[in-house]
Amino acid sequence: MSAACLDIRSLSAVLPNGQRVLRSVSLSVQPGEVRALVGESGAGKTMIGKAVLGVLPPSVRIAEGDMLLEGEDLGQLQPKARRTLIGARTALIPQDPLTALNPSRRIGPQMTDRLVRILGWSDERADNRIRQLLDEVQIRDPERVLKSYPHELSGGMRQRVLIAAAFAAEPRLIVADEPTTALDVTVQKQILRLIAQLQRDHGTAILFVTHDLGVVAKISQRVSVLYAGKVVEEAETAALFAAPQHPYTRALMAATPRYTDPLASLRPVDDAVLAGLAAEIAAADQAWRRPHG
Amino acid sequence: MLLQRFLIRLLTMAITLFGVAVVVFVVIRVAPGDPIAMMLPPGASDADIARLRALYGLDKTIVQQFFIWLGGVVRGDFGTSISLRQDVLGLVFNRLPATLELATVALLMAVAIGGSAAILGARERGTAVEAGIDIASGTALSIPDFLWGLVLILLFGVLIPVFDISGRVSPQLDLPFVTQFYLVESMLRLRFDLTWDLLKHMLMPAVALALPLAAIIAQLLKQSLKEVLDLDYVVLARVKGFSETQVILREALKNAALPTLTLVGVQFTFLIGGTVIVERLFSYEGLGNMAIDAVINRDLPLIQGIVLVFALLFVLINLAVDMMYALLNPRLRHG
Repeated sequence: MSAACLDIRSLSAVLPNGQRVLRSVSLSVQPGEVRALVGESGAGKTMIGKAVLGVLPPSVRIAEGDMLLEGEDLGQLQPKARRTLIGARTALIPQDPLTALNPSRRIGPQMTDRLVRILGWSDERADNRIRQLLDEVQIRDPERVLKSYPHELSGGMRQRVLIAAAFAAEPRLIVADEPTTALDVTVQKQILRLIAQLQRDHGTAILFVTHDLGVVAKISQRVSVLYAGKVVEEAETAALFAAPQHPYTRALMAATPRYTDPLASLRPVDDAVLAGLAAEIAAADQAWRRPHG
Repeated sequence: MLLQRFLIRLLTMAITLFGVAVVVFVVIRVAPGDPIAMMLPPGASDADIARLRALYGLDKTIVQQFFIWLGGVVRGDFGTSISLRQDVLGLVFNRLPATLELATVALLMAVAIGGSAAILGARERGTAVEAGIDIASGTALSIPDFLWGLVLILLFGVLIPVFDISGRVSPQLDLPFVTQFYLVESMLRLRFDLTWDLLKHMLMPAVALALPLAAIIAQLLKQSLKEVLDLDYVVLARVKGFSETQVILREALKNAALPTLTLVGVQFTFLIGGTVIVERLFSYEGLGNMAIDAVINRDLPLIQGIVLVFALLFVLINLAVDMMYALLNPRLRHG
């Protein structure tokens, strides 16, 4: 088997009070694969993405585990080397395009700065590259967009800009952190299609963080289901939808509205499932605590 | 649209200055102290007093005096100083450059010191370095400028005498200057020996004026930086591979500077107010020092002239701050 694009091994992260927010998470993303990470709010899915990209909040500490980016152990690298490696090989498509662009800088320099200042491209090469990507995300008037300030563009346009910027440096791995959540429903579909299109064209691996099983089904090949910072089920996407193994996954699917019959099939996760999950988490924590004091 | 806004702005400035003129004019006439009594020897006859009073127009009502004075001001005539017997406008313009140079040097120092402290503190947030900066800025802020002046005189004028504590320039030097902007002119003439002498005189009063403002800048800018550093576009910049220092300088500083800029504008006017006492303390020949003499001598026209010039300065600073704010914030530019 070839080296995974991203290999997370038994990653645990703790808050200052000792509470675990990630519970021995293991998952891998193969080159060119879309790996979905699904779970409810607070399940720690965004936290995993931030841990990989080295931008965890200062209060969260990685207590255990390794993260290998194309075989390189991120934990073993000096901060500067890690930063440069992450800058060169990964990219982030953020959740909220309204806050992810600097309000006082024009779009153009915000898109090219990584290419020029981190990867050492010439201004001209970076500019050509950005225009090519803007074309790929179907922005018809790149001249105007590049000269604009973020407040002059719509949310959908800004997300296109951020997607173009993410793919521009040909990263091996993109972390997409709920990239459609903050958008209008009509725009969501276009953006999702765009990400899928660029992913196929560029062969980029994506760690796709979402709470939406519908999105998971559309875009991913494999999926990890997360609950309280613990991976409760991991499967091929098709297999997961055909035969969910874990009770929580089944409950999540039952809680997803269907267009055919929006209300009838909508059920909250029931108490028995939650009690089972709580017991599972408690057992895992106890097992973890034994060697970690 | 832009022209309209500009005209409205000019009109407000004129009204502000008019208000200042009225208040000063009335207050210094209502306050106790009589310029005529200061000029004449004790035991002057009532007739002499009345004659002198009429000579300076002080026998008329305050309203009459005001409009006579205002009429002159509009034509550029601020009257004649009672104590110095010279044209007020000439006196003021003679001293203003010294104060402007001092205040500007103090402002640059405050921005440099406070800005660096804020950036360092934000970069090292949560560490002992940040705590040290908090303590230092708290100390600098709780001591007023004139007290800093005394502390500096004691430290570097008396205990370790490295700086000059009195005057603007060493009196034995031959000055080739044609303007009163000595510092600027000495650099333009490449007479750096004179620049150095001027700076040696200016440094301590400038530091005394700068320290409280530097502390305010350090605290406010550091706070704004820390808030901005949690925002999504800053996180995105970190993912791109930029170092924390690059992130602060390239992404965060400009946005974090906006609230600080407004405050620095207001505080800069306080700093200029502070020159009055600090210039006195260091016998620095500026407008503030002259203002104190004018008040002691009850030199009504001179006080009025100085205060009006100070007021004009404040109004112009506010205008400059507003313009810089619009320049830094693209969302306001097309409004």
